[in-house]
Amino acid sequence: MSSLEQMYQQVILDHAKHPVGRGLVAVDGGHLHGESHQVNPTCGDEVTLRVDVVPAADGAPARVAGVSWEGQGCSISQASVSVMTDLVSNQPLDEVARLDALFHDLMSSRGKGLDDDAAEDDLGDATAFTGVSKYPARIKCALLGWAALKDSLVRSGASATATNH
Amino acid sequence: MTTTDVGAGRTGRTFTPAELVAVRADFPLLGRTVRDGKRLIYLDSAATSQKPQVVLDTEVDFYEQRNAAVHRGAHALAEEATEAFEHARQQVAALVGTDVGEIVWTPGATMGINLVATGIQNATLGRGGPAAAERFRIGPGDEILVTEAEHHSNLVPWQELAARTGATLRWIPVGDDGRLDLAGLEGADGGRGDAALINERTKVVAFAHVSNVTGAVAPVARIAAAARAVGALTVLDACQSVPHRPVDLHALGVDFAVFSAHKTLGPTGVGALYGRRELLEALPPVTTGGSMVEVVTMEATTFAPPPLKFEAGTQMVAQAVGFGAAADYLRELGMEAVAAHEAELAAELLRIAEIPGVRVIGPASVGTLGEEAAPEAGLPDRVAAVSFVVDGVHAHDVGQVLDDAGIAVRVGHHCAQPLHRRFGIAATARASASVYTTLDEVKAFREALAGVRAFFGAE
Repeated sequence: MSSLEQMYQQVILDHAKHPVGRGLVAVDGGHLHGESHQVNPTCGDEVTLRVDVVPAADGAPARVAGVSWEGQGCSISQASVSVMTDLVSNQPLDEVARLDALFHDLMSSRGKGLDDDAAEDDLGDATAFTGVSKYPARIKCALLGWAALKDSLVRSGASATATNH
Repeated sequence: MTTTDVGAGRTGRTFTPAELVAVRADFPLLGRTVRDGKRLIYLDSAATSQKPQVVLDTEVDFYEQRNAAVHRGAHALAEEATEAFEHARQQVAALVGTDVGEIVWTPGATMGINLVATGIQNATLGRGGPAAAERFRIGPGDEILVTEAEHHSNLVPWQELAARTGATLRWIPVGDDGRLDLAGLEGADGGRGDAALINERTKVVAFAHVSNVTGAVAPVARIAAAARAVGALTVLDACQSVPHRPVDLHALGVDFAVFSAHKTLGPTGVGALYGRRELLEALPPVTTGGSMVEVVTMEATTFAPPPLKFEAGTQMVAQAVGFGAAADYLRELGMEAVAAHEAELAAELLRIAEIPGVRVIGPASVGTLGEEAAPEAGLPDRVAAVSFVVDGVHAHDVGQVLDDAGIAVRVGHHCAQPLHRRFGIAATARASASVYTTLDEVKAFREALAGVRAFFGAE
């Protein structure tokens, strides 16, 4: 597989064409919510992301109920938000923070991946972005949605743990 | 403007195949490969040009043989270094048709524009004395005119000057063809009423000679004449014209102009500001300190005459000397031959519009400027910088596929967000040529571009 094909894996092209979570939706009344607008100033790509958080209750930790977003940009940035939306929905905030850290590690791997099969299993479709990490100019495309998620969680007031790493 | 006879008129003859081979051999970087051994096709010269060996050698020679502080000291090396530094100023002045004392070294074109904008403010504050205050004063009720096509470097400094002085920023709009829409330049009656974009309140008219996005050549003489009629200063961003066509700043009739070495086959870190002599004499300095002074006491300082008045601190001497070599290299090629060569490349680049789903942002053809454009009559009406969008594929993705074929293009908004917004797009890809670009390279680019939509399954 060429470097180009490694970057544009079919799962990425599919997510770019049929993104998950596109279209901002209202958040349930009893939930916390936060919204973040992130831009990549070098290319003009942008995403507005809204997170819906079920607060901690009865010993159950706070969790992300869902993510919705609007944006425009390259296939890498759009597919990455889409894959992330699948990945973090219905996950406790601690787990979201762990996935965020794993994805950042993956994007710093210069194409080598995480060398940790369990971690890569946890990232699921997001491991398809390993090929992107070979291209320094494109890493920020893949991270745009994750930056919006992190910021929207902070703005929601749901959890500080999402920002601790 | 007509759309016939590309390469005719003043552009004269283009390079012969043998001459082009020789030109390419002057640029060592063009011999390298990228992305697993692919031959490099460099179509990003509008962002920065490659450098001929003579520029690299000149810089090395300066450091190996002449390096010393300039304009101070009386030893042999100091004399030689100063001579090389000032000779470079002559070489650059000769490229753009100005007197040597009208060329100020700057770290780049952006700094040149900021120098003029801040100098105008300093004059308004009285730092250049009563005559300069009278000549340059700007404040509430006054207007600064730019265009919707400007690079951020010729927009943001004027926004800032307007914000600091209370002046109003206005702009010339861009038409669907990517050219400036000058319908509002004069009022409805052809006069200078309030509705006219250039009117009695206009103090500064700042615009690009050639758009770095659309490649369109602005009608400099017409705009400069309109500005002159109301006493407004003209500031020309010549970054995308000086490397690609004959430019005679005196004949164009502008008051100030900026251009950068690194787009003109020269080193990074140096650019030039041109100012009409009497304006440079009147404009107060912006950066102050060592070597721009005459007499310094604890209470006050008198300044050196221009251009040194604007060159405080240690200058980028080796880079300036390299810039001089680049200017000579271009003059030896002949700027009219360069313009003819690049007009052919522009026409070939524009054939990307034949590819289904590809849309060019900017003039769709290359024509020759008519007599009304004097002193530019006979020169091409656009340059070989062609921005485009591909239906269903983001510019970043277009650039990545081209990169995989060894083809370097620019993607993004090219520091011109308002222009992209004008066309309802966030980003474009841009292919741009220089003296060393070949028709075969442009054809290879077109072939690679033709495969992009299929790769992404765009319908």
